[in-house]
Amino acid sequence: MSSIKIELRKEDVDKINEICDSFGNEQSELINVLHKTQEHFGYLPAEIQEAIASKLNIPVAQVYGVVTFYSFFTMTPKGRHPISICMGTACYVRGAEKVLDEFKKELSLQVGQTTPDGKFSLSSLRCVGACGLAPVVLIGEKTYGRVAPDDVQDILKEYQ
Amino acid sequence: MHLLVCGGTSCRASESALIAESLKRELEEKGLGNEVQVIMTGCFGLCEKGPVVKVMPDNAFYVQVKPEDAAVIVAEHVIKGKPVKRLLYVNPSTGEHVSGSGLMGSYRKQIRIALRNCGSINPENINEYIAREGYAAIGKCVTEYTAADVIDVIKNSGLRGRGGAGFPTGLKWEIASKNQADQKYVVCNADEGDPGAFMDRSVLEGDPHSVLEAMAICGYAIGATKGLIYIRAEYPLAIQRLKIAIGQARDYGLLGNNILGSDFSFDIDLRYGAGAFVCGEETALIHSMEGMRGEPTNKPPFPAESGFMGKPSNVNNVETFASVPVIINKGWEWFSSIGTEKSKGTKVFALAGKINNVGLIEVPMGITLREIIFEIGGGIKNGKKFKAVQTGGPSGGCLTEHHLDTPIDFDNLVAAGSMMGSGGMIVMDEDDCMVSIAKFFLEFTVEESCGKCTPCRIGNKRIYELLTYITKGNGTLADLDRLRNMCHVIKDTSLCGLGQTSPNPVLSTMDNFMDEYIAHVTEKRCPAGSCRDLMKYTIIEEKCVGCTACARGCPVNAISGERKEPHFIDQEKCIKCGACFERCKFGAVLIN
Ligand SMILES: Cc1cc2nc3c(=O)[nH]c(=O)nc-3n(C[C@H](O)[C@H](O)[C@H](O)COP(=O)(O)O)c2cc1C
Ligand code: SF4
Ligand code: SF4
Ligand code: SF4
Ligand code: FES
Ligand code: FES
Repeated sequence: MSSIKIELRKEDVDKINEICDSFGNEQSELINVLHKTQEHFGYLPAEIQEAIASKLNIPVAQVYGVVTFYSFFTMTPKGRHPISICMGTACYVRGAEKVLDEFKKELSLQVGQTTPDGKFSLSSLRCVGACGLAPVVLIGEKTYGRVAPDDVQDILKEYQ
Repeated sequence: MHLLVCGGTSCRASESALIAESLKRELEEKGLGNEVQVIMTGCFGLCEKGPVVKVMPDNAFYVQVKPEDAAVIVAEHVIKGKPVKRLLYVNPSTGEHVSGSGLMGSYRKQIRIALRNCGSINPENINEYIAREGYAAIGKCVTEYTAADVIDVIKNSGLRGRGGAGFPTGLKWEIASKNQADQKYVVCNADEGDPGAFMDRSVLEGDPHSVLEAMAICGYAIGATKGLIYIRAEYPLAIQRLKIAIGQARDYGLLGNNILGSDFSFDIDLRYGAGAFVCGEETALIHSMEGMRGEPTNKPPFPAESGFMGKPSNVNNVETFASVPVIINKGWEWFSSIGTEKSKGTKVFALAGKINNVGLIEVPMGITLREIIFEIGGGIKNGKKFKAVQTGGPSGGCLTEHHLDTPIDFDNLVAAGSMMGSGGMIVMDEDDCMVSIAKFFLEFTVEESCGKCTPCRIGNKRIYELLTYITKGNGTLADLDRLRNMCHVIKDTSLCGLGQTSPNPVLSTMDNFMDEYIAHVTEKRCPAGSCRDLMKYTIIEEKCVGCTACARGCPVNAISGERKEPHFIDQEKCIKCGACFERCKFGAVLIN
């Protein structure tokens, strides 16, 4: 499934079981279980999916099928400063693609990747609802509006 | 006196919460903390000019407010009663500062039904909703109306679904009411996957109770006791406000057992989506709520027969619901007097793109595009020329200057090769390449196709590839025919609405802008000058002074020429990075 191998500790398994229990171990609550689990661990590697499958008593393939279907779920850890560039239509027509290219170039990253030091990750999303500020970039909780390619270096400097 | 601070997504992103805090602090310091209230509202619809602060009852609109401005607003306006002129909204056509929302061009042509409370009430306080006739409609229903009466009112009003297809809402409720079952569900579709649209989210952020009340009314009409709202986990503010609203409604006995002392019981829960456009399709949405992959299934059976957990379920869009309580309160006659013959009432649009006033607008059906773009929207940004507007998002198409005076309603948009969709309205100007726009939407479709059926999974990928060839200058005239044929096959053979509509952006841009497609394939030229691979950099001999700046900056040594002699670009080598254009101080580098 994923290239990253992790070892689940006992407390991790306990946490997963606790989350599943809180939803009554109902198979129909799988998506809610995944939301809560990702909220806690930050991502959903294969080992975590296996633990959820065994607790909810469903095939791992079903869990994997759901995780990979929805773009909100990720199997790789995000960077400490996750960067999301809005590629919704409003941002696109106001030049979001050039901004994205600039981030890719500055960080030598592709969309969906994380820098080797785990500091930044790059992703794109579709309309954050702030089209008035297009093009929009999110870094962690912070929103940057009307971003031009020339602003990218300065923005990244804030996180040095 | 009230100070309303916009708490919509756009204004929050520019720190409107800080403004509210500063205002409160200033008021406290001046000892006015108890007299003047600071309220965070939903979107005012003027997002471009945000963050917005409105002073009531004076109706003064302050735009692009900074936290530092709090002091002067309190000192001048609140205490001395003198509006702070420099912060007032400026009318773009007259250049004058205006106060009073009625005066502003943006608001004049609007009729706010679904958005009636957005920007006027504190969405986190149920009392403010109640003060504006909130929960009066459900009261009227459970005390005066039978379920059949409610359905009749909605049917007579002519309300059609605002989620895209425009199905008559009253009819939908009637069908669901006739299906007998031990359990039925009312489902609110708040997935809003159209990239570049934020209407439904804004309604939920600005006026969550109106949706809750409408869902209860629907439950009463069809005989359901449970409601579910399917909302994206990516909308934290909307989720938070819904949770608060549901809690308050339960405390007031407006949700739960025996609503308002009647024998009607109804409660609402939230279900979270996880970012998949196809989950907005109602059968996919239901599967997703059941914890599975959100893959659509064939209709029939329709959700009204077999929906959530196999039980009859009535699915409506957020905005559809938000219109319902007003229709009950004011009567169907009033609602059906607004709009066109077959499309009644109003429609909310998220107006965005190359337009001066980006924001949320609500207009009567039948308004023209010209009124929306040039009056409400304040015209095209930077004085550029209007080219097209995309409605219906990835399922829709574009409207051009030929359509500027067509009255906008469900049927006219379809006739013009587009569709209403959920209400995204993206304005494009002369710099936008229509082939690239089509490619942009197809890239989205390819990403979002669930992969269940072949025409959509594979076909859209092929279309996307062809569009990519064309924007890179590798397409041929024969490719254009191939493109059109493939579009029709995908439309005709896909299982769900996603595939059935995904080729629309291509077909519609081909119908309206064929000359652009042809320029890309025959002349290898992008008329809008936007396709990078088709840009050609040349040096104008007469202007070049031979300073060598361009040659030194070229990453691939494509520029040759002696010092003080005109330089020359080798087109074979040039990778079109644009460095020479930026470096030349003499305007000698030309892009075309
Ligand atoms: C691919 C696709 C995406 C859709 N996305 C949405 C959506 O985001 N919101 C919505 O209300 N309806 C969406 N719909 C329409 C729904 O299937 C359904 O028709 C609608 O929710 C019914 O509500 P209404 O009658 O009130 O419009 C989508 C349909 C398709 C085919
Ligand atoms: S048309 Fe596309 S999205 Fe719809 S079922 Fe087929 S593959 Fe899935
Ligand atoms: S566009 Fe870039 S590659 Fe082409 S000539 Fe100019 S500097 Fe060189
Ligand atoms: S930078 Fe401009 S003026 Fe200087 S050599 Fe290049 S084209 Fe000529
Ligand atoms: S398209 Fe980027 S915020 Fe809406
Ligand atoms: S979010 Fe503030 S005006 Fe739209």
